Amino acid sequence: MSKPEFVYVTYIETTPEKLWEALTSSEFSKSYWFGTEVRSDWKVGSPFALVTDGKTTDTGTILEVDRPRRLSYTFKHELYETMREPATKVAFTIEPYGNLVKLTVTHEGFVEGSKLIGAISTGWPAILSGLKSMLETGRPLAIPRAALGKEELTRS
Amino acid sequence: MDEVFKALADASRRSLLDRLHANNGQTLNELCDGLDMTRQAVTKHLGILEAANLVTTLRHGREKLHYINPVPIHQIGERWIKKFERGKLAALSELKRQLEKRDE
Repeated sequence: MSKPEFVYVTYIETTPEKLWEALTSSEFSKSYWFGTEVRSDWKVGSPFALVTDGKTTDTGTILEVDRPRRLSYTFKHELYETMREPATKVAFTIEPYGNLVKLTVTHEGFVEGSKLIGAISTGWPAILSGLKSMLETGRPLAIPRAALGKEELTRS
Repeated sequence: MDEVFKALADASRRSLLDRLHANNGQTLNELCDGLDMTRQAVTKHLGILEAANLVTTLRHGREKLHYINPVPIHQIGERWIKKFERGKLAALSELKRQLEKRDE
């Protein structure tokens, strides 16, 4: 059993139900996930996709759905050829602590010498701080995609 | 955010974070290996880093693994660094606008 490559934790002043909604609503995800829509019907075995500006960037399959406690899916990058690698696994765990909710995100199963891993490691901290800001203040962080080394998809 | 700044205001703790950044998901033994710090000191520093949410732990079989959690560092970046860069970017685009206006 290999260990997860990344474990991210953030404490958010919200409810498990609102956080679940934020993680699974394509309208909501656009506000903190660099304009990306999360698309799925969130049933075990159903397809999962990330869509930015009409382009599918990543795909997967839903593995676990336990609303509002745990969600996991496989994750495979599709857009850039150099980062097309075997499917990895993303898991979200939601635990309430008083008026806070602890969100743990693990991402695991990268191949040896993965090219995708670099993009993933800069992506999650930004997505999670944007998510926290959006849920707590109603405003996302205005992070330009370029600041994260992400190209504007519309121009590519 | 105070805890994050306090946790980062120590060279030993920053070096522990660097070690996790280089090799994420280590046991206490692995982290202590080759360090000029007692096991107790490492445990204490890890406790402070955990309280600041800069390090998170995960049970993996019988092992307890330590992971760097960069989310609070990202939040500091947003709050204390990007804010000042925005001013610089606005000044540059204003300069560009002024210079281009002269060419018209």
